[in-house]
Amino acid sequence: MIAELGLAALWLAAALAVLQMVSGAFALKGAEGAPNSLAIFARPAAVVQALLAVLAFFLLLWAFAITDLSIKLVATNSHSMKPMLYKLTGTWGNHEGSMLLWVGVLALSGGLLAAFERRLPERTMGATLAVQGFVGLGFYAFLLLSSNPFERLPVPAIEGVGLNPLLQDIGLAIHPPTLYAGYVGLSVAFSLAMGALLTNQVNPSFARVLRPWVLGAWVLLTFGITAGSYWAYYELGWGGWWFWDPVENASFMPWLAATALMHSVSVLAARDALRTWTIMLGVLAFSMSMLGTFLVRSGVLTSVHAFAVDPERGSFILALLGLYIGGAFTIFALRAGAVAEGKRFSATSREGALVFNNVMLSAILAIVLLGTLYPLLTEAFDVRVSVGPPYFNPASAIFAVPMFLVMAVGPLLRWKEDKPARIQFEVALVAAVLIAVISLVTILGDYPFLPVLGLGLALALGVGALLPLRGRKLSRVPVATYGMVLAHFGVAVSLFGMACEGAFTQERLAAIAPGGTEQVGDFAVKLESVTPVAGPNWTAIEARIAVSRDGGEPVILSPQARNFWSPAQATSESALLTRWDGQLYAVIGNQAEDGRWQIRVWWKPFVTFIWYGGLLIALGGVLAIVGRVRVDVKRRKAADMGDERRADIEALDAAAPVPAE
Amino acid sequence: MKAKHQRLVLVVIAVLAIVAAGLLAAWALRNQANYFYLPEQMAAEPPEVGQAVRLGGMVRPGSIVTETDGVTVNFMVTGNTDDAVPVRYTGILPDLFVEGSGVVAEGSLGKDGVFLATNLLAKHDENYVPRELEGMGSAQAAKVAADTTVGLTP
Repeated sequence: MIAELGLAALWLAAALAVLQMVSGAFALKGAEGAPNSLAIFARPAAVVQALLAVLAFFLLLWAFAITDLSIKLVATNSHSMKPMLYKLTGTWGNHEGSMLLWVGVLALSGGLLAAFERRLPERTMGATLAVQGFVGLGFYAFLLLSSNPFERLPVPAIEGVGLNPLLQDIGLAIHPPTLYAGYVGLSVAFSLAMGALLTNQVNPSFARVLRPWVLGAWVLLTFGITAGSYWAYYELGWGGWWFWDPVENASFMPWLAATALMHSVSVLAARDALRTWTIMLGVLAFSMSMLGTFLVRSGVLTSVHAFAVDPERGSFILALLGLYIGGAFTIFALRAGAVAEGKRFSATSREGALVFNNVMLSAILAIVLLGTLYPLLTEAFDVRVSVGPPYFNPASAIFAVPMFLVMAVGPLLRWKEDKPARIQFEVALVAAVLIAVISLVTILGDYPFLPVLGLGLALALGVGALLPLRGRKLSRVPVATYGMVLAHFGVAVSLFGMACEGAFTQERLAAIAPGGTEQVGDFAVKLESVTPVAGPNWTAIEARIAVSRDGGEPVILSPQARNFWSPAQATSESALLTRWDGQLYAVIGNQAEDGRWQIRVWWKPFVTFIWYGGLLIALGGVLAIVGRVRVDVKRRKAADMGDERRADIEALDAAAPVPAE
Repeated sequence: MKAKHQRLVLVVIAVLAIVAAGLLAAWALRNQANYFYLPEQMAAEPPEVGQAVRLGGMVRPGSIVTETDGVTVNFMVTGNTDDAVPVRYTGILPDLFVEGSGVVAEGSLGKDGVFLATNLLAKHDENYVPRELEGMGSAQAAKVAADTTVGLTP
């Protein structure tokens, strides 16, 4: 019954998406102030559709929880002996389930928008919901026609196949849902941008509606990418935290676009400038989300993320991609001319700095996009290449470095027009920190160029990020400003971690006999024993490694080489020792013929700062949302009270007797 | 400056930056993209010493020699012809790396003609396979890789 109910809920939701689209489109026909009688269905359709899509997702979750082996998806991706947590998270650890999660989040964000957003004019809202319904419809069609998660098996399987062991980790509970919520949260930014463009409502009040959605999606993307990076770091056992893998790039590109969009929305809300630019970024951000979905889900890339390779699905998503992105940019090209110019500003103003950083972010986006698509393009000509860090690192640094420099001082500038001389002290301070750090590190040792530059930028940016608070009464600073300061400081922290990891990592790879000792950095690493162990669905070889720092109390690390039996696969479980100033990372390899074991140990100074920084950035975004929403609620309350007062006064005036002549 | 004028200037700046990024990317990709070689291709037209490339083929049976440090491995990679490229790798071997199996080595050619691998990709499991070895038995790997890399001009 579960599968049939879920499928019925999905079909109904798809039908409601059609209703939402048509009814929303009718809102465009009505004149302002006189709502079209057919337009009233769009909001309820969106809300009910959200409920149905979420219901379908929970039904699939239930099927996985009870391991209903008559459902094909459960039988091919789950196993009755798997721990409960991985049964649940396994729901989206496969192609169909993850697409259902995608669609569920899409419908949910559309439903929330329809239920709670009352500030926009009805025509704009109708157009927005129509676009949202149209996007939803395409993905419902994809799910129902080519990747039905509720397909039954003719004969129930006796036992499931199991889940890829790399995915049997708590990371699967956090990384995909947050990343998807971020990806798909951008769909609302896309729909709102299209709605405002179609009804010519690109103005500051529209930007204030758009801002919380962009901020929310951006926070989730930031958190999802941070979590994914840490997951790959400890799960793959390669000691790296970012591989410029096409799938990682697929999540990084929407983040870049969303970062640019978030800043440009702020300019539009505060200063009524950058109107068309904001709309374009809104379209671009969600286009990158869909491109990411295409790259990851179509099977054109092979990685741990590509669950199934099916050309039909690939062409389906590619067709959707072409329809939505092509359609959106066509409408943009046709309508952008009708959007009136925004307010002017001089080059040395906060707007100017934000525009500069927007352009730099877009350039980095172009670099990453071309590097990601290049191997796919050359493959069409039968040339197989791969593009990795030697391309991405320097090419993106060329644009990232000026961006970080402007970011350090940009927030100190005033809106509209400012004299650079006014902030000369701050600029000098940031420059002094930058030069001092770079020269100091260069004198102290011979390190690669980019990490040293990154170190200098990180400290300069860390100082620069706090400068907007200088000379202000801290209790009077708006919450949103704290959010900005925290997020910028988080970028500095993260950059510091990346630079330290790049410059100061020490590595030791050796074959050690039990009882033998090796030295890495300040740590003495002693292999005590190697023993077989067993888990619920795996067996493993586990090493007991005693590590002591500068002869201190030894700590036991136990990295494992695991063998899962369903599906049969081997993974390497790293062991981590976290200290405030870095992490020791140990993995065990094979046994050499003479009985020694291969042990690989890294000491990575301040590597944890990469993810602390990511968390700070996300937290900054949360503070910004809280601050904006609080101000908005206060403003609305004040407006309501003002209206009441005016109504009272009018009532009094009307009741007052006409004074005698 | 009029508002319209300013918008034009902004558009021109943005377009210039994006075009610059595109040109930079095109230039860097030509230099930094990591080409895929078969052993016979590497023997006929070796890439420059130190240039990052990938070498794909089969581990010649009986050629795996572990050095006394226990972590450095030397082996020969063969393709469709008799050409074989010596490979040297220091690190933890992938689980399914055995004699006769398909392998893709990432690294660069050393001065002495030995390919110094920084990373080895072997057939892992059906969910995560090096692209070049996808969907085939190990013995077929080199052959099919050859069929799909025609027109390769390093």
